[in-house]
Amino acid sequence: MSLQAVLIVVAALFCVGLYGALSQQVVVMVMMGLELMLNAVLLAVAAVLWFLAPQIDGAVLLLVVLAAMTVEMAMGFAVATLLHRSRQSDMTDMAADLAG
Amino acid sequence: MGVLSTVAFWVLAAAAVAFGALVFRVDSMARATYCLAASFVAVAVVLLLFRQDYLGVVTALMMVMEMAIMAVYMVMFMGMNPALMPMSMVHGRRTALALSAGLFIVLTAGILLVPWPSRRDAPVADVTHALGESIMGHKMLVMLTVSPVLFATIVAALVLALPRGRYDRFGDDLRRRPPADPQPGGVGR
Amino acid sequence: MTGGVAPLSAAWAPVVALVLLAGAVVAAALDGALHSVPAGRAGRARPGRRRTVTGAVARLLRQRRRVPVAADVMLWRIGVAALPVAALLMAAVLPLGRWTLVDWSVGIVWFNAVDVAVWAAVWLAGWGPNSAHALIGGYRFLAQALAYELPLMFALTAPAVAAGTLRVGGVVQAQQGLWFVVWMPVAFVVFCLGVAGFSVWGPLSAPAGADIAGGVLAEASGVDRLIVLAGRYLLLTAGSGFAAALFLGGGAGPLLPDWLWMAVKALAVLCALVVLRRRLPVLRPDRFLEAGWLVLVPATLLQLLVVSVVVVAR
Repeated sequence: MSLQAVLIVVAALFCVGLYGALSQQVVVMVMMGLELMLNAVLLAVAAVLWFLAPQIDGAVLLLVVLAAMTVEMAMGFAVATLLHRSRQSDMTDMAADLAG
Repeated sequence: MGVLSTVAFWVLAAAAVAFGALVFRVDSMARATYCLAASFVAVAVVLLLFRQDYLGVVTALMMVMEMAIMAVYMVMFMGMNPALMPMSMVHGRRTALALSAGLFIVLTAGILLVPWPSRRDAPVADVTHALGESIMGHKMLVMLTVSPVLFATIVAALVLALPRGRYDRFGDDLRRRPPADPQPGGVGR
Repeated sequence: MTGGVAPLSAAWAPVVALVLLAGAVVAAALDGALHSVPAGRAGRARPGRRRTVTGAVARLLRQRRRVPVAADVMLWRIGVAALPVAALLMAAVLPLGRWTLVDWSVGIVWFNAVDVAVWAAVWLAGWGPNSAHALIGGYRFLAQALAYELPLMFALTAPAVAAGTLRVGGVVQAQQGLWFVVWMPVAFVVFCLGVAGFSVWGPLSAPAGADIAGGVLAEASGVDRLIVLAGRYLLLTAGSGFAAALFLGGGAGPLLPDWLWMAVKALAVLCALVVLRRRLPVLRPDRFLEAGWLVLVPATLLQLLVVSVVVVAR
C-alpha cells in the first residue's frame, strides 16, 4: 500500500459521493452524497499524514473535518425540516426559487 | 507495513467504496443509510491502520450515531414507501455520472503524476496522548474556533427547524407558565 | 504492559465470552427468581410456574421462527445479532483483575463507540420486521438514546479526566487510593442509567414496553427472540463490568485476588440493576428526553467541572 493507492481510493469515494450529491433529488440523499465526499477527505487527510508527515499537528485537521461533517449534517437536517414544513416536499427541484 | 495490513487495507477500501456506491443503488432508505454507515466504519478502521486510534474510533462513533438519526429523517421526509420498493429519485443522471467519472480520471492522473515527497519523520509513539497535548496546547486556537462554529450551528439549526417561537409558547405577553407545548416535557410539567 | 494489566492473546476471546455469558445467566436467573417474589407491600406472589433460565432458553429454541410479511430480514438479523456482538466488543477492553483481551489506549472511547452501535442495532431490530409496534419501539429507543447518551458521555469523561488516560486499565490503577464513585457519585449514577439505557432495561425499557406489545421484541420469536433477550443481559453485564472498573476500583480490595474482586463488584452492580428493574417505574421517552437534557446534562457537566478542578488542584 502506498500513498498513491490510498489516494486513488479516496478519489473513487469522492467521485461516488459527487455523483450522489449531483444526481439525487431528495435533500437527505444529497446530504448522504456530501457525507461520502467528506468521508473521502477524512481518509485523504489521514493518508497524507501517515505517508508524508506523521506529526501530530496535522491530526488536528482531522478533527476539523469531523466538525465540518457535524455542521453539514445539522444544517442539512434543519433545512430539510424547514423545506418539508413550508412546501410539503424535500425535493431539491422544488426549492429552486427563493420565495418563502 | 506488513502484508496483513495491506490486505486489510484493500478489503476495507473495497468495502468503503462498494458500500458508498450501494447508498445510491439500494431500494430501501434504511439500507441506504446503513450502507453509508458501513462505508464510514470501513474508513474508520483504515484510520486505525494509520495509527490514528482515537480519531478512528471517534469517527465510527459519530457516524453510526449520525446515520441512526439520518435513517429517521429519511423515513420521515421521503414521500414514498421507504422499504424495499424500487426507488429512483434522480435528476441529470447522465451529467452527474459523466462529471464524476471525469473527475475521477483527472484526480487519478494527478495522483499518479505528482512527484510525492517522501516521509519527513517517524510517527510519534502515543498518538492519542500527543493529539490531546496538541489540541490543549499550541493548537488550542483551532478548537477555540471550532467551538463557536458548532454553537452557531446549534442556534442556526434550531432557528430554521423550530416551528414555534417563544410567543407561541409563553403567550403574547410572555407570561404564560407553564409554556404551552404540543409535547409535554418531563421537568415541572 | 501498562497500567498493571497484561493483555491476553486472542485465543482467550471465547473465555471472555463465556465469563460474560455466565454473568448474563446469573442476571437472568435472578430476574426469573424475582418474578415470583411479591412486588411491593401490597403485591401478591404471581401465580404460575417459576421461570427458569434453562426453561426459557429451551422454549425459545423449540419455538418456530415467525417472519412477518415484507420484512427486511437482512437488516433485522443484523440488528438482532449486533446486540450480543456489541456486548462482546465492550468486554474485550474490560480488565478482569490482571487480565484483559485488549489493553487499548482508547478503551473508554471504544466502549462509547460500541454503545452507540447499539442505537443502530435496536433501531434495525425495530425496523426490520415491518411491524408498527416494533418500529415504534425502535423510534422510542432513539428518542431515549438522545437523552441518555450525552450524559453518559460526560459521565465516561469524568473517570478518564481523573485518571489522565483513556485506557481502562489505567483508570482502574488510578483508583488505588480512593474509588472514583466516592467523589463522582453523579457520574456513577448517570453511568448506571446509561447502562440501563443501552440494555433497554428497567426505567428505560420503554422501547420494549408492554404498552406496545413488546416493542422491538414484538415480532421476534424463537432464536431471534433468544438472541435479543440474551443480548440485553449481555449488554447489562458488560455495562456493570465497566461500572465496576471505572468507578468501583476494578480489582482493588483486601484479601481476595483482584479478578475475584472485579467479578464480585460487577455482579453486585448487575444484581442491583436487576433488582431495581422491578422497583422503578418505566420512564416515558418523551418526558425523559427533557429530563435528560435539562437535568442530567448540567448535572454531569457540573460533576465534570468538580473533577477537573480537583485534578488541576491536586
